[in-house]
Amino acid sequence: MTTALRRWPVLVALCIAALFMVLPFLIVLMNAIKSPAEYSQHGPLSMPHGLYLDGLKDFWQRVDYGQKLFNSVLISGSVAILAALLSILNAYAIGIGRIKGRTWVLAFFVLANMLPQEALVYPVYYLAKEVGLYDTRLSVIIVFTVIQAAFGTYLLSSVLGQFPREIIEAAKIDGATTWQVLWRIVVPVSRPTLGVLMVFFFIWTWNEFLLPLVMLISNDNQTVSVALGVLQGQRLMDATMTNAAALLGVLPALVFFLVFQRTLTRGIAVGAVK
Amino acid sequence: MTVTAERGGQVTGRQVKAGHPRRPRDSYALFLIPGIIAFTAIIIVPFLMNTGISFTNWQGVGTPSWTGLANYRELWDDSEFWASFRHSLFMVLAMAAIPTAVGLVLAAALFDFVGKHFGSRIVAVLRACFYLPQVLPIAVAGIVWSWILAPENGSLNALLKAIGLGSWQQDWLGDPDIALYSVMGVMVWVQLGFPLVVFMAGLQRVDPGLHEAAELDGAGWWRRFWHITLPQIRPEIYVVLTWCSIAALKVFGAVYVLTKGGPGGATDVPSYFSFSTFFEKTQVGYGAAISTVLTAVILVLALIGLKLQTRAEDAEEGVRS
Repeated sequence: MTTALRRWPVLVALCIAALFMVLPFLIVLMNAIKSPAEYSQHGPLSMPHGLYLDGLKDFWQRVDYGQKLFNSVLISGSVAILAALLSILNAYAIGIGRIKGRTWVLAFFVLANMLPQEALVYPVYYLAKEVGLYDTRLSVIIVFTVIQAAFGTYLLSSVLGQFPREIIEAAKIDGATTWQVLWRIVVPVSRPTLGVLMVFFFIWTWNEFLLPLVMLISNDNQTVSVALGVLQGQRLMDATMTNAAALLGVLPALVFFLVFQRTLTRGIAVGAVK
Repeated sequence: MTVTAERGGQVTGRQVKAGHPRRPRDSYALFLIPGIIAFTAIIIVPFLMNTGISFTNWQGVGTPSWTGLANYRELWDDSEFWASFRHSLFMVLAMAAIPTAVGLVLAAALFDFVGKHFGSRIVAVLRACFYLPQVLPIAVAGIVWSWILAPENGSLNALLKAIGLGSWQQDWLGDPDIALYSVMGVMVWVQLGFPLVVFMAGLQRVDPGLHEAAELDGAGWWRRFWHITLPQIRPEIYVVLTWCSIAALKVFGAVYVLTKGGPGGATDVPSYFSFSTFFEKTQVGYGAAISTVLTAVILVLALIGLKLQTRAEDAEEGVRS
């Protein structure tokens, strides 16, 4: 009985806490559609009187936001595909091939995943300059393919370790090569896990900041995160522009979130504890 | 780290050379070749270079001159370096300790009260609200918050004024005494969703019979939380604490966007310190030393975390069997 009485207050408290979490998003949305005059007159907390979209349009054109979105999609999309590919090759050898010394190989991938990017950034920057890849989107794609594949290898290896061996043995008896077993059996069966991994790789790469900041200096190559971060760091934006930037930065994340909500909230739990 | 890599490589290499083409194990090692090449080029070589550079004096051009441990000796006496690691401890508090503690209570409350009595749809919506900041690029979160925390016309100050607490208004990110706490607050907001989601998944493993038995014995919610829920999801707690502490030590984007380490170094953290030493002061050798120390701290922490997690999982399996 006591719990029945306490149920409602707990629900209300949780709802208020959840509201605080989304409040910043609501404030940004509210202010991004205000005109500068309205903003300076009524401040950030008033409800918008009308829909003012010129601020968003101005910002979009000034930073060439379409190009930034394209760069982010190109980089994150390529990394998602290539890193998944690299992960499955590694995990196939470790999880299904059970090669000798696999514990050490796996430990290496785990450590590579933990390594702070600060310990790689200067040599990567220097080497990219030496081979002429500095300030190219390709350089960022290559680096993040490897960094994300470290986690992918770790996760997929433990998933493939549980793969039903009878299926593989049966295919082998039918004369399938190791290569065919990988592409015709292991990859199709693990498609759900690969899907989750690719979603994570895409979003993680989208959100990356340090390495893209160092590697991509020209405007045409920058990602959404870098472009917005640099603008903010220069402290050149007025309130309206800041809000336009914030809203345009939030929107893609919001879209991914709504599309992949289930994958994200369930998948991360799978990833955290094997 | 390198020892691990070399050993792994040697073992697989030897196997291929030994040549037992009939043994299926051998051909599998070939699948590691692209991975080994890629990781050597992107992770191992840069990491070794960085460690090597940390023993030199180098401005990024010309030949580095070997100075042995000079950079590390200088670090030892550098108050900026110690300050940056002290701020890291605050970040661990804000990104690991607080989100874990709050996340546990929220997850248990969502699971026990809301999930059992109001349905899973409400749980899903609430969980989504808490998780939302996690998918936001940190640069964007920084823009949102630096505008909310702005001294003039910022939402927080406007709100305080509106509810009659005008005297509480602050220059949240510009006052050296407050800036670190403001950044910490933002990081709690960013991080909270991760432990919450992991713990909610973990709670599904807990045998409901235990709770029912304890409830029959008259144990209140807090006691059940403390004596049943907590011990049952201990593996998850270790994973989250390790993961989040490492993330806290690596925090860079938020500091770059919110404060650039300022005002007056009040929010400087090791990763930002090494970044500015590399690219603004172009003291590459010194920057490499900072990042090498950071790496060592993170690897030690990772090993401790891994050990605790394995032990907790073993203990749990022992109880079950």
